[in-house]
Amino acid sequence: MSDNVLEIRNLAVEFKTDTGISKALRDVSFDVPRGKVTAVVGESGSGKSVTANCIMRIIQPPGKIISGEIMFSPIRTDPYDIVSLVNKDPRLVDLRGDLISMVFQEPMTALSPVYTVGNQVAEAILCHRDVTEREAWNEAADMLMQVGIDDVPRRIHQYPFEFSGGMRQRVVIAMALVCHPEILICDEPTTALDVTVQAEILTLIRDLQRELNNSVLFITHDLGVVAQLADQVVVMYQGRVLEIGTVRQVLKDPVHPYSQGLLASIPGLASKGQRLETIASVVGDADLLTSYPLTRLKDGRQVSLAPDLLREFEDE
Amino acid sequence: MRGYVIKRLIGMVPTLMLISVIVFVVIQLPPGDIVTSTLDRLQAQGVEISAEQVQNLRAQYKLDKPMVLQYLYWIGNFVTGDMGYSYLYSRPVNELVWERLGYTLLISISALLFTWAIAVPAGMFSAVRQYSVGDYVLTTVMLVGLATPSFLLALLAMYAGYEWFGISIGGLFSPEYRDAPWSLARVGDFLSHLWIPMIVVGLGGTASTMRILRANLLDELNKPYVVTARAKGVPPIKLLIKYPLRIAINPFISTIGLLLPVLISGEAIVSIVLNLPTTGPALIQAIVNQDMYLAGSFLMLLAILTVVGMLLSDLLLAWADPRIRYE
Amino acid sequence: MSELVLDTQLEAISPRQLAWIRFKRHRLAMVSGCFLIFIYLVAAFCEFVTPYGTEMRNVQAINAPPMSIHFVDIDGSFHLRPFVYGYDMHINDDTWMREYTENPDKRYPIYFLARGESYELWDLIESDFHLFTTRDGYVHLFGTDRLGRDVFSRVFYGARVSLSIGIVGVLLTLFFGVLIGGLAGYLGGLVDRAVQRVIEVLQSMPTLPLWMALSAALPVYWSPIAVYFGITIILSLFGWPALARQVRGRFLALREEDFVISARLLGAGKMRIIFKHMLPSFTSHVIATATLAVPGMILGETALSFLGIGLRPPVVSWGVLMQQAQNYQVIVMTPWLMIPGLFVVLTVMAFNLLGDGLRDAVDPYSTGGQN
Ligand SMILES: Nc1ncnc2c1ncn2[C@@H]1O[C@H](COP(=O)(O)OP(=O)(O)OP(=O)(O)O)[C@@H](O)[C@H]1O
Ligand SMILES: [Mg+2]
Repeated sequence: MSDNVLEIRNLAVEFKTDTGISKALRDVSFDVPRGKVTAVVGESGSGKSVTANCIMRIIQPPGKIISGEIMFSPIRTDPYDIVSLVNKDPRLVDLRGDLISMVFQEPMTALSPVYTVGNQVAEAILCHRDVTEREAWNEAADMLMQVGIDDVPRRIHQYPFEFSGGMRQRVVIAMALVCHPEILICDEPTTALDVTVQAEILTLIRDLQRELNNSVLFITHDLGVVAQLADQVVVMYQGRVLEIGTVRQVLKDPVHPYSQGLLASIPGLASKGQRLETIASVVGDADLLTSYPLTRLKDGRQVSLAPDLLREFEDE
Repeated sequence: MRGYVIKRLIGMVPTLMLISVIVFVVIQLPPGDIVTSTLDRLQAQGVEISAEQVQNLRAQYKLDKPMVLQYLYWIGNFVTGDMGYSYLYSRPVNELVWERLGYTLLISISALLFTWAIAVPAGMFSAVRQYSVGDYVLTTVMLVGLATPSFLLALLAMYAGYEWFGISIGGLFSPEYRDAPWSLARVGDFLSHLWIPMIVVGLGGTASTMRILRANLLDELNKPYVVTARAKGVPPIKLLIKYPLRIAINPFISTIGLLLPVLISGEAIVSIVLNLPTTGPALIQAIVNQDMYLAGSFLMLLAILTVVGMLLSDLLLAWADPRIRYE
Repeated sequence: MSELVLDTQLEAISPRQLAWIRFKRHRLAMVSGCFLIFIYLVAAFCEFVTPYGTEMRNVQAINAPPMSIHFVDIDGSFHLRPFVYGYDMHINDDTWMREYTENPDKRYPIYFLARGESYELWDLIESDFHLFTTRDGYVHLFGTDRLGRDVFSRVFYGARVSLSIGIVGVLLTLFFGVLIGGLAGYLGGLVDRAVQRVIEVLQSMPTLPLWMALSAALPVYWSPIAVYFGITIILSLFGWPALARQVRGRFLALREEDFVISARLLGAGKMRIIFKHMLPSFTSHVIATATLAVPGMILGETALSFLGIGLRPPVVSWGVLMQQAQNYQVIVMTPWLMIPGLFVVLTVMAFNLLGDGLRDAVDPYSTGGQN
């Protein structure tokens, strides 16, 4: 069995719009190691969400996966390429919600307002397991308890609008984890919450990950969160991967100018009193617009750099 | 929920009062009144009437009282179940309206069901397959349906029935059953006549209903909760019905209330063309002949029907949407 | 300096221009708009466009079918000037109905911009020029009715009445709707609640029976023009609630709209906010809504006149014309009498499409639901 639960190779996605074709992903390759937390960072529009949606195969028209493969190696079954699954493939049903599940950014709207919380959590089980309604509800209740919902027997019969934002996100997390997926994808799960709640949810995700020992793909803007949570970091820009490395490598000593810029533009990490740097001022545009293949450096990290810059590093 | 129902029931009272005032004003508007038209008729027959008799007649109909009292008298009798006397039919209005109202109700409700049976799947298809050939075909058909006056549709239906099925459409019964007592055979005959008005009346509302559903669904299809449910592994058809449709149907339930007056209007004109024994033709007769009690009762009952329909649709909505119920 | 740049950028493309750009992309709405302009022009100049007046009777042709235009005659020779053939009438032995066939001996060329029946355009300008007519014989492109009147001419005279009722009715509706809705939105409180209640009540009443009752109340001795306005007022009497409701909602929503709030926060004056920001957005919405309200008026007039309680002959409207089609035998025997119905359908469809296009153009985020 491979050490990587996911191996994404040369993934390309296009959106056909009125104004032309937008290349959401150009060439994305990275691995998601088993039992670890992988963070994907990058500015808005860099293709983080699209990548996650590709893994779940929930890219909706006008979006289309043009090429690439996503090799998925679950513990329970043989490895397969997610991209090549046809729409009717039964493995697709197992994939969504059972083997891989996802937590989205908007807890306020991620649940349907017309069904009880219990109904929506139990549905995740009923979709994948051959259990009775009652067993599903019991499991849902256990899971809700595990994510820290108080008074579950009463709250399980309530509607989402009776929950606060943070509570709803806990429900969504419970819904995602109730089938014990091998991979949990979190797409900016805390962006819409206020700061104190953010910390709680992050702690919850980390604790649950340690407990269940699943793999987590964590998408975020917030490098502080990355530092706190992740084992490995993937830096994306304009539908490409620029740098992959351990947290220590990327946050302490980034190689790619863009990653350096990303760090420099964070208020807390930049030295006080200095003007905040915009990323474009750090990195030449030309460097960002041409894509170079990912090259593995001696210390194990991968970067996409112009050959001359790359040589400097290799020489060190 | 019970509190909500009671609140809505109480809210109906002023609405109905206002409606009764409007109806009263409307039936008082035509020049002359029941006495003058009776006099005209009698005089045309050569009967001479003394001024005293006229006075008596006016007093009998309370026409010598001020307007406000006339209104109170009329509405007071109405709520106690006395709807007055129809001079056109020379019978109490009470005996005339219920059967016709029943048929109107039947046709309107079956038209509503027909509307939904067509509009919901069509709207769903159109939304899910937006910009497909099927979407364009459906949208076009609906557009034409929306633009065709219902009497024209009724005429076309009659023509189609005559040309293609060799049956003459019109009425709700075949001649042999028209005055027969109710029996299973008569019910069958009735049902076989019901579908034409049902389709013709229902088609008018189908177009707008489908458009609303399509628009609502398109709004909902990519909402986060749908994506979440898809990511959860809910199979496509179930996903569509349980998530976006379930929400899109809500504003839609509240439109039943608004659809009902439209259906009843359509029913009136279609019944006139198809010569059905419903309220429409009788109402127009009563209006043209200034049979005020009859016309007023019909108008009032039709309005009550729609108000009750709206109430039911609101209750249905409250039942369907917990957010309202818990307000 | 920087302010100047900002200003010109804002001026560069106004919301209205933006709406126009979006509207132009709506192909069907554009086509509908052109169709409506065309038919309104034709209706405005119907005396000139049609070959005959509404009361002209061709007693030789009772319920005669439409004539077709020919260029090639029976001998196979081609004529640059189009022509029609006169009718031959005979009685069907089985049905005892009149039947008409083309008579190749009666060849009537069509002359354009030629003299024919005299008329007074808009009761003002006397003339006898017609867009087309024949020197001898008759031309009935849409056939004739049971009195031998030219259906083509009557359809376009009827267009004038039906189409203008649509516009006048909507203007009246707009007046009531904007006045009442605006007042309710502006004053708020008790007035607002009272208006809301009235709107609710009026919307919950089936319109057609009320229309029927009210139009039956129009005295028989009224002149056609008085009946015309009476009917128009009756139609708009139950049309305003929907509009007032929208105006009110729009008004309330606009007050909370981001751009209004930001204008307020930027310190723009009240008048400036209302005229520069709220009014334009508001009027475009009202125009779109009004466009969508026209079909209701036209259909209402048609229905009432069809039932014989709307406009009455000698006034000619599409509804009045449809009175002749009271039963399905008409469709079998004289289908051309249904042509006014076709025009109703086309016009209503065009208004709906145009309204949709306008609404999408002024409000790209609206979905068209719930109105
Ligand atoms: N539905 C869509 N239609 C058209 N283009 C889309 C659509 N969804 C995504 N894209 C394109 O894909 C690109 C990447 O979008 P994506 O949502 O993955 O960004 P992201 O990195 O998740 O940004 P954010 O941090 O704002 O969530 C966008 O620049 C956009 O052009
Ligand atoms: Mg995103």
